[in-house]
Amino acid sequence: MMVETSYYLILAAIIFSIGATGVLLRRNALIIFMCIEMMLNSVNLTLIALARQWGNLEGQIFVFMIMAVAAAEVAVGLAILIANVRHRQSINIDEINLLRW
Amino acid sequence: MSWSLLFFLLVGAVSLAAAFGVVTSRQPVHSALFLLTNFATLAVLYITLDAQFLAAAQVIVYAGGIVILILFVIMLIGGETNDFSAAQRAWSRTVGIALGVILLLVISYSALSRTMATSEETAALLQGGTPKAVGIELFSKYVLPFELIALLLLVALIGALVLGRQQEGAGEGIPSVKANE
Repeated sequence: MMVETSYYLILAAIIFSIGATGVLLRRNALIIFMCIEMMLNSVNLTLIALARQWGNLEGQIFVFMIMAVAAAEVAVGLAILIANVRHRQSINIDEINLLRW
Repeated sequence: MSWSLLFFLLVGAVSLAAAFGVVTSRQPVHSALFLLTNFATLAVLYITLDAQFLAAAQVIVYAGGIVILILFVIMLIGGETNDFSAAQRAWSRTVGIALGVILLLVISYSALSRTMATSEETAALLQGGTPKAVGIELFSKYVLPFELIALLLLVALIGALVLGRQQEGAGEGIPSVKANE
């Protein structure tokens, strides 16, 4: 007995929406980061659920690539965050609204 | 109600609670730990979806790598902001939640507008998503994207090094975030 694919899709949709809402509501850059990671993960869940739906491994290959991209994104993003903290001692995104110093 | 559905609901509920925790925690450290819970429950769901290799990769890459990296940065700069102060415009919170709900409705509608029947036969084609099955696919059909991903990781490594490097003349290390502006 398999759980229906649509259940997984709905779960992923809810997690994605929570993540998106977090990006909108929070002003702490670190937490916005975590919310973005959560959204990436919910998309991974969707891809894996649909891979089982169609019996096709390509969805899982996609997820593998997304994991690598997420790892790269976190490394660079956190480095940007630290460089920014060096500059202006803040991670409040309301204060990080200039692209120059 | 079958046992597999019950298991899914249980794990899904934990996952959703953890997702809420990430957004609503005041302390970034708590958010990071909730994020860890969320990643772990998703790894469990991957196993139920015939993706054994990705479940392992999820635990190693996300739980073992990314969350630890985020925790390191939190420890390094101490990242508290007063997100929940009264100074935050009240309407912005309402608008944010409303936009989130609209997004949820739209995604759910598009996900459910097409009924899909799961079948045991097509699921069997995944061969359980074992490292062997995924690896054969990855190194036969998808060699080029795989190599490009390797290149991307190298570029990210160099980029992170350049960004995180100590500026010349600035010898005092990384300052911590100033307490609640």
